[in-house]
Amino acid sequence: MPRLSLKAVTKHFERHRALDDVSFSIPDRAFLALLGPSGCGKTTLLRLIAGLELPDQGEILFDDQVMAGGHVFMPPEKRGIGMVFQSYALWPTMTVRGNVEFGLKVAGLGARERQQRIDDVLEVVGLQGLNDRRPHELSGGQRQRVALARSLAMRPKLILLDEPLANLDAHLRDAMLAEFRRIHSLTDATFVFVTHDQDEAMAVATHVAVLDRGCLQQLGTPEDLYRRPASPMVARFIGRGKTLPVRVVSAQGGRNRVMLGSEMLDLPGCAPVGEGWLCFHASDLHSVSDGGHLKTELVGQVFQNGAWLSHCLPSEIDGNVVSLPLAEQFAPGTRINLAISGGWVVERGPASHGILPADLASVT
Amino acid sequence: MLVSFLVVYVALTTLWPLARLFAHALQPGEDGTHLGLMLTTLASRSTLRALSGTLQTSVLSVLISTLLGVALAFAVSLLKLRTRPALTFLILMPLIVPSQTMALAWIELLGAQSPILKPLGLAPPPGATNPLYSTGGIALVMGIEHMPLVFIAVRAALRALPADLVEAARILGIPASRIGRGIVLPIVMPSVLAGSLIAFTAAIGNFGVPALLGIPGRIPVLTTQIYQRLNGFGPAASGQVATLALLLALMAALAIVSRNLVTKRFAVPLPAGAPFVPRRRAPAVEVLLCLVVIALSLVPLAALAMTALLPAVGVPFGADTVSLDQFRGVLDNDAVRRAFANSLLLACVTALLCGLVSIPFAFLCIRRPNPVLKVLDTAIEVPWVVPGTVVALGMILAFLKPLPLIGVSIYGTMTILVIAYLARFLPLVLRPIAAAAQSADPALDEAARVAGAGLARRILSIFFPGVLPAAVAGAIVIVMTALNELTVSSLLWSSGNETIGVMIFALQYEGNSTAAAAVALLSTFLVTALAVIVTATGGWLPKGTLPWGE
Repeated sequence: MPRLSLKAVTKHFERHRALDDVSFSIPDRAFLALLGPSGCGKTTLLRLIAGLELPDQGEILFDDQVMAGGHVFMPPEKRGIGMVFQSYALWPTMTVRGNVEFGLKVAGLGARERQQRIDDVLEVVGLQGLNDRRPHELSGGQRQRVALARSLAMRPKLILLDEPLANLDAHLRDAMLAEFRRIHSLTDATFVFVTHDQDEAMAVATHVAVLDRGCLQQLGTPEDLYRRPASPMVARFIGRGKTLPVRVVSAQGGRNRVMLGSEMLDLPGCAPVGEGWLCFHASDLHSVSDGGHLKTELVGQVFQNGAWLSHCLPSEIDGNVVSLPLAEQFAPGTRINLAISGGWVVERGPASHGILPADLASVT
Repeated sequence: MLVSFLVVYVALTTLWPLARLFAHALQPGEDGTHLGLMLTTLASRSTLRALSGTLQTSVLSVLISTLLGVALAFAVSLLKLRTRPALTFLILMPLIVPSQTMALAWIELLGAQSPILKPLGLAPPPGATNPLYSTGGIALVMGIEHMPLVFIAVRAALRALPADLVEAARILGIPASRIGRGIVLPIVMPSVLAGSLIAFTAAIGNFGVPALLGIPGRIPVLTTQIYQRLNGFGPAASGQVATLALLLALMAALAIVSRNLVTKRFAVPLPAGAPFVPRRRAPAVEVLLCLVVIALSLVPLAALAMTALLPAVGVPFGADTVSLDQFRGVLDNDAVRRAFANSLLLACVTALLCGLVSIPFAFLCIRRPNPVLKVLDTAIEVPWVVPGTVVALGMILAFLKPLPLIGVSIYGTMTILVIAYLARFLPLVLRPIAAAAQSADPALDEAARVAGAGLARRILSIFFPGVLPAAVAGAIVIVMTALNELTVSSLLWSSGNETIGVMIFALQYEGNSTAAAAVALLSTFLVTALAVIVTATGGWLPKGTLPWGE
């Protein structure tokens, strides 16, 4: 049974369309990352799920219960969810213990039960012994853990995290990512996590939803997004992917024959015959001394991760710069022939941000 | 050079008068005992009665100010209101209406001749004493008058409240009332306390309300006690009253120190975040709120206006009795016209001079801080935070004797009023200028220096244009405050040098309450018109310079 479903959700702010016809559903106990560049609507989507904003159109359901849509609106306090804010939103006048306890007290739990839960969650997030500290006496990572503990203590079925790692430094971020994975596996809750950092999303999520300018581009597993992007936007956004224009000449059994300039390639893809995009990553390219599929001219090199990352401009077809690591340094302008060993073909058209079929959206 | 000029200025207007006050209070008694005068004064029954009067009325009024101010600030900040700008203006109106006018308005509203309550059959029976001539009455009027001080403090804190603190609580399923009490109130508590302590300093120093309500009601407080002693015995009583003034100053100092403690110790650093935007509409509460605010701010003024439109005390209000005779009468009165001219002149001269002194002062304090300036910076605050009575007494003691070299005494002239106003109102313009200067980029001044501009040149062409809006705003606040000043002028005025405040007080004291109402109304109208003009044309002022601004 799906835990969280959205049906054609649309939201405007003034005249700006923040979310446009977004639909998806994710199963129980999933870890969903909402990924996209800033301003893509991912935080708005999270706040709609929380009930902090009202959708203009569409429905939001938890299990089969409508939370918002039509004439129904369930306020956030009735939704039984947890939320970790980007700023953590710890109540400054209360101690760590007070922050965790407040919700439990309001829920009417007895003193012993409260104590038990506080001890439990503080152990889960690794904060034993800091009960009496105030938020301003804690480090960023510790505040993050308090915010998470505060949500977990209420034992919600759904926990929302709004860019929870944005205010942490790099090495703390990796540690907290591992913590989120661990805590997710310890609880029965579904997690929804907003981020603009694809590495974060790929590292923790079971499902990733890529948003761009208010539209859902694709929802799938991290591997789907990398290997089988649904749109050129996803292809370029994930894993520093590149795209080149191609003409699709045949489509059969999940494979496409495409013409890249005058070269014919046979690659996986689901594009119909017509104009298409070839999506690939640096690992799909190899430099060959002769032949190859793509003639290019070197425009620049940067030494990175022990190799020369080389930017090459296609010389015989109209396309953007492609990049691959090379072992040696060459003079700019050197001709480099590239062979393409893999990739994924998508349709090119005015509405090229198609969403994958529903069966891909419910992969567990 | 500039620094020594400022030192002389502060010494003349502030340090010397305060030093004289201390010296007088601490002088030996008639029998020559050490501190004798102070001890006999403190031990006397009248002092104790006045002290307990001050404490009772002030504490009660602070309770009223705090309850009203906090409730109104919460309602205005946390509910989505259509009438918010109008409500805020009305809530802050008691700041603009001078205390003697406020007291008069409430006297007219609740008196036996009340033009509003009498037709409704709610007024006290004829001949009964006005219920406001009591400790509770003084506390009520002062409480309403000082309510905006608490309101402003709490409203500022609520405006800084990050929205996600409230959202985090809602998501945990905490009901709105519990969020208010459990989360929002503790966060704004230091501001509530700070606001209450400011209201307390205002209450102990208030003269207009206890003078108009307490003197007829025979409830002595320190400020009226000082006034009556000086009026009755002249400067001969100065030693005794200096002790009383020191008591007042001491209480004010205690309140200020505790306020600083509260804001430093108990305030918690708030996380940054988008401020809370109210979304809850509450039409019923909004109507109730409007009614309360109108009852507090407008109804008493309406009673005052209706009284002023009557030809004489006791005439019932009606279409056939309404006349503009009182206004015509007071405008024809030479003394009243003189008072308006004097007050306008005093207010403008004070605003101008304070502005001129503040600009180099702020420049030096911020760009060239040194220990002397630091002392001066603290010293100039004193005349504003201590009760006006204390300042006025200091002036009398310092300038009663003829000035050395010229051999002329400025006591009994306009000059002593100017000096007292300069001392008292300087912080009102210096603070906004200093705040504006603080936020300016110091590199602007450094760049001018590198370009070879001297000090005067830099102040004039770099610093001055930057702080001009703040200076103008501060000067306007001074004009509005000084125009209706009563506390200081009641002790320093002399025949021919009356101010508006003194005039209203004198007319009411003579029993001519309809004329007093007319003058009070005219002066309130003058100040309100000034406030409206400034608000309407104030788009160019930096945000937050107008104390009543949203």
